[in-house]
Amino acid sequence: MAGDYANSSEYIQHHLTNLTYGRFADGEWGFAHGPEDIAEMGFMSIHVDTMFWSIFLGGLFLAIFTMAARSATAGVPGALQNICEMAVEFVEDNITQVFGNKPNVIIGPLSLTILVWVFLMNLMDLVPVDWIPYVASMTGIPYMKVVATTDPNATLGMSISVFFLVLFYNFKMKGPIKFGASLVTHPIPHWSMYWFNFILEFVDMVAKPLSHGLRLFGNLYAGEMIFILIALLPFWAQWALSLPWAIFHILIIVLQAFVFMILTIVYLSQASEVDEH
Amino acid sequence: MNINLTMLGQAISFILFVLFCMKYVWPPLTSIMRERQQAISDGLEKATAAEKQLEQANESAGLELEEAKKQSAELIAQARTRASQIEAEAKAKATDEAARIVEGAQAEIDQEINRAREELRAKVGELAVEGAERILETSVDRAAHEAMLSKLSAQL
Repeated sequence: MAGDYANSSEYIQHHLTNLTYGRFADGEWGFAHGPEDIAEMGFMSIHVDTMFWSIFLGGLFLAIFTMAARSATAGVPGALQNICEMAVEFVEDNITQVFGNKPNVIIGPLSLTILVWVFLMNLMDLVPVDWIPYVASMTGIPYMKVVATTDPNATLGMSISVFFLVLFYNFKMKGPIKFGASLVTHPIPHWSMYWFNFILEFVDMVAKPLSHGLRLFGNLYAGEMIFILIALLPFWAQWALSLPWAIFHILIIVLQAFVFMILTIVYLSQASEVDEH
Repeated sequence: MNINLTMLGQAISFILFVLFCMKYVWPPLTSIMRERQQAISDGLEKATAAEKQLEQANESAGLELEEAKKQSAELIAQARTRASQIEAEAKAKATDEAARIVEGAQAEIDQEINRAREELRAKVGELAVEGAERILETSVDRAAHEAMLSKLSAQL
């Protein structure tokens, strides 16, 4: 526990609060100074820390990969190119497994972006929980949540974008009539039960982006929470728990990035399936 | 858990990242990977072809070597027969030559003998006349005894 906190619950609360910029009830825009301010702002606010870290890490991802692509050679690749090609090949393998050999143009770059970006955002979870918030508080920034994927806005923002893409491909590949039919004729193919089928399909459709985004959020949020709880221990005892948890977390951050990517691929491949079961 | 504008901002940056990746990252990297794959498979194909060629070359070289061996053996055999032929010919020629020389010598000897005989024959009359003269201590008319003398020399 670093800094001055009245008790551990305040410490935890502080570490789980985003740096929020938004519109107060009186119409003024400004930074929130506590949970009350954030509640007052409601939807008309933005998490500056989430945006900053996610865009910074996304930029880092694109910078590294663009650099590798610029200097790429078909001959013997260098270390950077090797790593990037490994990621690309991994993504391609998974796409071919799910999609077969007729993937659409967007699925490759989309999956690669998701995999690397989510991985980088998750990776920030391994930075000791107090370091960056402490430095930020010394420069006058009251809140700083470093791991963007522990913000449901970030994960749902991605999963809903994917959802719209899935809808787009459903329309494109199946056409509006077939797509509409697929919503009402399953699982009971009788006209009198179409309304019931539609309720089921609708729930299924809405559940996909929600579970997609919340799965990533929940895993990372829980992981972050445990790191915060471990940080409550005296400084000389923290390593005994934080080291094993961090090692275990290496698996989780990679796995969650992979799961988010593979679900994206699966949803998109379902959208592209023209023949009905 | 506050859902707010961040979600929109995240969605926008996500879409921009994907578009950027689609334009500047994915195509060059994948095309280069394909290129290398192609190069490697070409190389492997070429290596297999070269191996096959080497095998063929080895095989044909072995065949040619065998052929050459056979030919050389044939040549040696031919040379041997030719050598023995030449030897036999030489021997035959030498024998002929020797026989001819001997024959020539024989003929010469015969001639010599004949000549000596003729000479002797020619001289026999004279000697006989001379002998008779010595015995008779008179001269003998050669013409008178010509028939007897030639009869004598013919007996020789």
